[in-house]
Amino acid sequence: MGVTTQTGAVILAQQSIAPPPIHYSAIAPVLIVLGAACLAVLVEAFVPRRLRWSVQVGLSLCTLVAAGAWLVVYARGEPMGLTTLADTLAIDTPTLFLWGTLLVLGLASILLIADRSVEPGGAFVAESSAAPSPSPRAASGGSTGGTATSIAPAPTPAPARATASVAEMRTEVFPLGLFSLGGMMVFCAANDLLTMFIALEALSLPLYVMCGLARRRRLLSQEAAVKYFLLGAFASAFFLYGLALLYGYAGSVELSAIADATAGSLRSDTLLFAGLGLLVVGLLFKGSVGPFHMWTPDVYHGAPTAVTGFMAACTKVAAFGAILRVLHVAFEASSWEWHWVLWTVAVVSMVIGAVLGLTQSDIKRMVAYSSIAHAGFLLIGAITLTDEGLSATLFYLLAYGVTTIAVFGVISLVRTSEGEATHLSAWSGLAKRSPLIAWVFTFLLLALAGIPLTSGFMGKFVVFSAALTAGMAPLVVIALVASAVAAFFYLRVIVLMHFNEPAPDGPTVSVPGAFTTAAITLGVVVTLLLGVLPTPVLDWASVGGFVS
Amino acid sequence: MLSLIVFLPLVAAAVLAAVPASVGRRVFAVSWVVVAAADLALVVAAWIGYDPSGGMAYEQQLPWIPTAGVSYHVGIDGLSLPLVAVTAGLFLACAIYSLRQTHRVKSFVLLFLGLQTVSQGLFTALDLILFFVYFDLSIVGMYFVIARWGHGSAKRSALTFFLYTFIGSLALLLGFIGLSLAAQPHTFDIVALARAAPLAGSGAYGALVLLAIGIGLAIKTPTVPFHTWLPPAHTDAPAAGSAILAGVLLKMGTYGFVRIAMPLLPETWRQYASVVVVVGVLSVLYGALVALAQEDFKRMIAYTSVNHMGYIILAVGAAGILAGSDEQARSLAVTGAVTQMVSHGLLTGALFLLAGILYDRRDSYDMSAYSGLAGPAPVFAGVTGLVAFASLGLPGFSGFIAEFQIFTGSLASATVATALALLGILITAGLLLRALHRVFLGSLRIPDAPGAARDFTDLRPSEAASILPLLAMAIAIGVLPRFLLDVIEPAATALIGMVGR
Repeated sequence: MGVTTQTGAVILAQQSIAPPPIHYSAIAPVLIVLGAACLAVLVEAFVPRRLRWSVQVGLSLCTLVAAGAWLVVYARGEPMGLTTLADTLAIDTPTLFLWGTLLVLGLASILLIADRSVEPGGAFVAESSAAPSPSPRAASGGSTGGTATSIAPAPTPAPARATASVAEMRTEVFPLGLFSLGGMMVFCAANDLLTMFIALEALSLPLYVMCGLARRRRLLSQEAAVKYFLLGAFASAFFLYGLALLYGYAGSVELSAIADATAGSLRSDTLLFAGLGLLVVGLLFKGSVGPFHMWTPDVYHGAPTAVTGFMAACTKVAAFGAILRVLHVAFEASSWEWHWVLWTVAVVSMVIGAVLGLTQSDIKRMVAYSSIAHAGFLLIGAITLTDEGLSATLFYLLAYGVTTIAVFGVISLVRTSEGEATHLSAWSGLAKRSPLIAWVFTFLLLALAGIPLTSGFMGKFVVFSAALTAGMAPLVVIALVASAVAAFFYLRVIVLMHFNEPAPDGPTVSVPGAFTTAAITLGVVVTLLLGVLPTPVLDWASVGGFVS
Repeated sequence: MLSLIVFLPLVAAAVLAAVPASVGRRVFAVSWVVVAAADLALVVAAWIGYDPSGGMAYEQQLPWIPTAGVSYHVGIDGLSLPLVAVTAGLFLACAIYSLRQTHRVKSFVLLFLGLQTVSQGLFTALDLILFFVYFDLSIVGMYFVIARWGHGSAKRSALTFFLYTFIGSLALLLGFIGLSLAAQPHTFDIVALARAAPLAGSGAYGALVLLAIGIGLAIKTPTVPFHTWLPPAHTDAPAAGSAILAGVLLKMGTYGFVRIAMPLLPETWRQYASVVVVVGVLSVLYGALVALAQEDFKRMIAYTSVNHMGYIILAVGAAGILAGSDEQARSLAVTGAVTQMVSHGLLTGALFLLAGILYDRRDSYDMSAYSGLAGPAPVFAGVTGLVAFASLGLPGFSGFIAEFQIFTGSLASATVATALALLGILITAGLLLRALHRVFLGSLRIPDAPGAARDFTDLRPSEAASILPLLAMAIAIGVLPRFLLDVIEPAATALIGMVGR
């Protein structure tokens, strides 16, 4: 169907230029997010500096809520799956579910990013705070930063406060985040590879910048940004090369056209599988699936924690949304030839994540390896190529994303005067100093380990059920062993927090500001709800498959 | 009714959680006793209202995750009712025993109330996923009990316990999913699956599913060779934790065999029953022999648990061997197995609480450090002696009723195995008598504990009030077993009917 309408459009275009029909109501959430991102750039240019933070935060939050509200209203009407903008976007149930997931996760991330009370003045600066510039900016920055410092309980070293030159937060991070989120939404709705590539760039470029904005440990942060950029550029190149080969194979970049071409054609299989391989490498890189995970620990470690949460949750959702769509729509017919490759990748990812996670001594790196292991579990769901596996993977994405953002929210709270105390030894005895935070973190870790009554268990349960139905029993057994191994390192943190004596010069736990509290509460409540009453979400995730 | 029994402790825990810890430990300790007593009263009421010939009673089924075939389905029959009752009784005993607890009383009470919900829930669950949820949560709860309130290398033992049993639970999950996928339509409902027996005649697939479920349950039970987590966990756990671990949590494994493995996979069970029998006998003999070599009183009891669980495994294995036995004998074996679960719950629970007193007084379980305790603590010595005799299966106590039925029921179908297992009783008798002899008789010798008086305090009222009822129940079952057997026998016969299909 996609091919015929497009050729029809081409013929039309030769006679009189008729624009392709656009279903505005279906794509409104993307338009809202991208429009607000443009607006946020204007805000950055024209609104006085001292008002920017409040305007940006208000704008971002309203945008996400508005887009989410529109999405809910639209999805309530039980729309048929459709393609629009000349078949470049497919708005079907998985798309709507992924958009909903992205908006929820984006909301939580924006809340984390917006927080200025944990790190006085916010966690994002463009220039090093160690050498404050005595510009007129400092005076106004002092006023906004001053309100923030009064909330935070003294993790800032005395000299830094004495200069009263807490550089104010770079509010560029909000438009960047919105652009990235818009890119992600297009990414998982893209119905042809070229749109997908553009969306990939649109989501990646702002992320590279966001990684480098950390106020503390700037070298680490900038190193992370450069690494992410270089490796991400490689991955994009792989994706583009794969796209080119597939175009050579199928004569079209549309997923449906590729699917038609793979179904019993006499064309060169070399082009198909080389193209598929390169394409998938690019996607797996974004999803931080081992063995394409090399950037993950460094970038998670170096980026500001709020951005790490955004990357870990939203990027993974977008990447797996795209993986699901590409595999389901374009390559289902040829699955017999490639499925064992992705079997191997899933096993490698789970093993790398679980085993290397054991050896980590930094909590952010540990969560990074855990995300690699989880990527393996997700891949299992993605390569079942059944409707059951599709809905299970979608559910797992939501569950994992929400839990992960809350995890990073908690991590951002545990600090010394040097900034966040991410080394594991600093976490020992946390329960003695702040039992509530310790129990919240325990709950989240148990969710990541997949203990019942958390979303983590439900996610694993539905994914493994789907995989067993699809006859992937060996993979499921390996996944179970991997999750048992992974449980060990989650448990290690729990032991540290609850049963070890606190270090004498250990970190303090900042009193979370309203935004961080909201983000963590959202994460914990959703994690619990999805674990106890998963039915509504599971039902929504399983209404229908992809259209193309 | 059942949901009330299950969730009453949890609701109480939620209410208590809102009470600030500053109101004093008495408030929490006493309200725990009250809640546990109320729960036991509800169980007794349920028992009185239960009709043994009626099969499943107090059933309740609500949709939970309909798309996956999971429902909230609870109910009890003659197999689960006695275990529900033991659970309620044992938790009450632990509540009374812990009245003197001083260390972090609020979280201790909350955790145990949660554990009680989880345990009661597991024995009433009629849905595999519900069963699994409780099974896994019991691990988490007990992990915190051992790690937080344990002694010695508690953190390490708790971690071993968690990881080992967690792997077991994952195997169990795999088996459950495999079982459900074989049924059309996919369901996790135990009753429906037992009716359908979806894996009949499926050969290797059925064997693999049974293997997964068997490993999961065997780790929890535990049987040789999956028992290595048990001794350290027991040795380092607090007394109440050990009592619950041995009395309730181990039963989750054996209960799983009679509730899930046997009726849901009857044909496969029959096929591999001889393997189960061998594992059972190995557990009996190995547990007894290793217990004999222990110097640590609590570790010794832990190994006798392996031995006692072995009898149950032997009985359920023998119940699957059709050749050479009639239905009555096999039913007798299953009845014996369930009676043994009850009896072991009561007696080992009591033994661990008694061991806790030893530690409470002198910070040591080392049997060679004690001698002649019968002098300063005659009641303690007497009670321990009685419980030990009951535990080794002397007539007049519940242990005898259970083991007698197991051996009578198993002898015909697994003659050699049963004969070997009888040796286990002999060794157990020897080792328990030897322990009594070393600790209580002879000249008085007490290890020095810093800051303790030179004498050995006898049972305190709260300790006596927690342990003596358990002993009394064991004697009651030993003398007048009909009230218990009347409940178990119809269910055992029904189970044998299902296995014989």
